[in-house]
Amino acid sequence: MTLLLAVLALVCLVPAVAAVLVRNLIHSALLFVLAWLGLAVFYLAVGAEFIAFAHALVYVGGVSMVVLFAVLLTRPGRVDPLPPPSTQRAIGGVAAVALVASMLGSSIFWTRLPSMEPIPMVSLRRLGELLAGPYLVALLLVGLILTVALIGGLLLAAPRRPSEGGDA
Amino acid sequence: MILAAAPASPADAWLERAPVLLRDALTGWLPDALRPWVAALLSIATILGVFGLLFAYMTLAERKILGRIQNRPGPNRTGPFGLLQPFADAIKALTKEDIVPRAADQVLHFLAPVVLVALSLIGLAVIPFGRNLVAVEMEASVLYFFAAGAATELAIFMAGWASRNKYSLLAAMRALAQLISYEVPLLLSVVPVIVVAGSLSTTDIVAAQGGWAAGLWPHWHALTPWGFSAFAVFMVAALAESNRSPFDLPEAESELIAGHLTEYSGFKYALFFMAEYLGMAALSAMAVTLFLGGWQAPLAVLEFIPSYAWFGVKLLLLLLGFIWIRATFPRLRIDQLTRLSWKFLVPLALVNLINGGVWAATADWTGAAAVVRWFISALGVVVPFIFLARSLSAGYGPRTYRYASP
Repeated sequence: MTLLLAVLALVCLVPAVAAVLVRNLIHSALLFVLAWLGLAVFYLAVGAEFIAFAHALVYVGGVSMVVLFAVLLTRPGRVDPLPPPSTQRAIGGVAAVALVASMLGSSIFWTRLPSMEPIPMVSLRRLGELLAGPYLVALLLVGLILTVALIGGLLLAAPRRPSEGGDA
Repeated sequence: MILAAAPASPADAWLERAPVLLRDALTGWLPDALRPWVAALLSIATILGVFGLLFAYMTLAERKILGRIQNRPGPNRTGPFGLLQPFADAIKALTKEDIVPRAADQVLHFLAPVVLVALSLIGLAVIPFGRNLVAVEMEASVLYFFAAGAATELAIFMAGWASRNKYSLLAAMRALAQLISYEVPLLLSVVPVIVVAGSLSTTDIVAAQGGWAAGLWPHWHALTPWGFSAFAVFMVAALAESNRSPFDLPEAESELIAGHLTEYSGFKYALFFMAEYLGMAALSAMAVTLFLGGWQAPLAVLEFIPSYAWFGVKLLLLLLGFIWIRATFPRLRIDQLTRLSWKFLVPLALVNLINGGVWAATADWTGAAAVVRWFISALGVVVPFIFLARSLSAGYGPRTYRYASP
């Protein structure tokens, strides 16, 4: 199990790091898809079947398409050449890495792991009953927030009518 | 996850149990630890063999039927009635040179057909092909199927983008727009089925459609008003998802050469073809499972015919419908395509979701109340359809033909 988790961590982390490092935007988007897929397999490995498939459906099937569409629709800006290496940048890089590493390290090393008692398996039916019962308000609120965000996005992107004037 | 471990019940007829008996005969002599693995490999091999052959003969059937519809014989030179044509095509595809453009993104150009075929195949794992005949049984198998299928357009995008060809890139853009538009009605039309059946498992959904009303009318979802509406939306969205005519905009050979296939040759081209037919077969199989009662026989007296034969008949009928549609309808424009989805199919599917919910809530109505229930459901399908169709076609008066008037 530990070996499987280690392999899965590699499957998630290597594409994620590569996605940040490659200069080709399409490549990095596709690498993100690979990382998301790794996460879905991880959920499957720990027994959360529903979350795994929902994750694959939403991220691999939906979000990836939107990201790729956005990349294709935006005009590539002029290529920014990296500024020449300097001591200042080196110090900045080392400081950033040290800060993140200390933050992550402290939370990883000083968090007490819960005792290994068997986790109750929640059946899909139970999950549905919980979502449609006690958590219904939360679910509806999330839907409302997403709808508001969608309408806001449409308003921002919609072309202004000439009668309104404005700066567009 | 359980690997098809269901034992054959002795009450069934011999033919019904034949596949399970065959599997047990083949794996019975193995040690217990190995048996599930070999059984899994066997089911993979069976699915590959059956659907590979189905793909081969679907291409032939398509060419023959399209030929007959266009008043020509179709392929008839290789073997009797052209029956060896698929194999001739396969040998041709295998021996052709595999050309990769120098400017292409080599890795993605190679990966695209492989990923596409793999993704088209894995959805078939959760389809119950007959009583006890499902390769992988799990709680959320419907979700698994759509999660597997959602990524196929990603592979088409990879193919189009990696070719470094403007036609291919246009095809990639179209494929993305098409997927974003049609994934929504496809999934929305499935939700009422899940609500009514009360399960995300394909075997449970088929089991929920068993039995007959008054001994004659099967309890299939497509034979209820809400189910018929959902089935229609599902099939239109499935047509678009599998990039078939009239939604074959990414390929569009009269506008974009061959779209994302332009820079592919030889066996990779054949793989794209295979993925198209496999995806079509998988979506049709899902439609049979969700709406047409899966492997259930239409009449109780016909139950002596084994369940997998019924599944096959229904699947073939849907696939022939796909071919017929291809021969009949002209291709849509991209704006018509997206408008059809967002302004018509999505609202229809949303209303139908409520309709399905009402149907599920009134499940205990019997006698005269059952008639009222059917009436309410039918009203919930017809009224939104007429309202939407009228409001969308407003302003498009009857067309007058200048030179062809009678």
